[in-house]
Amino acid sequence: MNSAVIVFPGSNCDRDVAVTLADVTGRAPVMHWHGDPDLPDDLDLIVIPGGFSHGDYLRCGAMAAHAAAMAGVRRAADRGVAILGICNGFQVLCESHLLPGALMRNRDLRFICRDVHLRVETTDTMFTAGYAPAQVIRLPIAHHDGNYVADLPTQCALEDEDRIVFRYCDAGGKVTETANPNGSLDNIAGILSESRTVLGLMPHPERLADPRLGGTDGRALFVSVMEALS
Amino acid sequence: MKARVHVTLKAGVLDPQGKAIAHALHALGFDGVRDARQGKVIELDLEDDDPEAARARIDDMCRQLLANTVIETYRIEL
Repeated sequence: MNSAVIVFPGSNCDRDVAVTLADVTGRAPVMHWHGDPDLPDDLDLIVIPGGFSHGDYLRCGAMAAHAAAMAGVRRAADRGVAILGICNGFQVLCESHLLPGALMRNRDLRFICRDVHLRVETTDTMFTAGYAPAQVIRLPIAHHDGNYVADLPTQCALEDEDRIVFRYCDAGGKVTETANPNGSLDNIAGILSESRTVLGLMPHPERLADPRLGGTDGRALFVSVMEALS
Repeated sequence: MKARVHVTLKAGVLDPQGKAIAHALHALGFDGVRDARQGKVIELDLEDDDPEAARARIDDMCRQLLANTVIETYRIEL
């Protein structure tokens, strides 16, 4: 499986993703600089990593969404190449309109850096086929702007089309207001595009994909993609 | 030509920062503040001298970059 990680000034999870991809797929990803519009033609997966691209100036992801490389990402998305946006990558995908809705400042205005529980809401995606339906997993979040908002028609479409992939929940898998760390609409932590080939999520699967990091709940996401695309 | 763009959250979009501001004003003893909404102001210095053309161009800037029209609305002042 051929993959690429887009690197922006201020990305800080690009190498974490690269280590995970190399480990899971056996091939190191192409590290693709944001200013280069020409992505390799043979990519199966493009990851937009976490971080603070362009210092989060104006809005998180707003500047990165207009980077030269994003034109290439958009073309690849149109061809059906799998796109994964993690944390700042999710914000970039929303600002690029590759995913609907927006990510606003956390409800309590604080930067949150801790592990959260998530319920896998659909396994009908190449990203989560390796999880069990309604499986509860633990992943870290580290963000200031992860409060997902969308208008009612968008929310209904996400629900009706089975495009909500992860919801914040408690350890027992209950989706409650107290388990919602950032105020996200309907406890949404990750969503799919209409094509089901673009996934954005605020939690960091790459940060818990190796037992040496204290957990492996994120690993199945990368394994699922690899098995679907290899 | 100078222009000012006011970007604010759409009505109905919850504004956590505005809520914190309203709380802080209450704490300072400023009664009667029903609500506060926070936005941003972007000042532009343009080469244009035709206000109509400038407005159209700024509108384009807002839609492409300055505002996220999913959650924000904008007002252009010339």
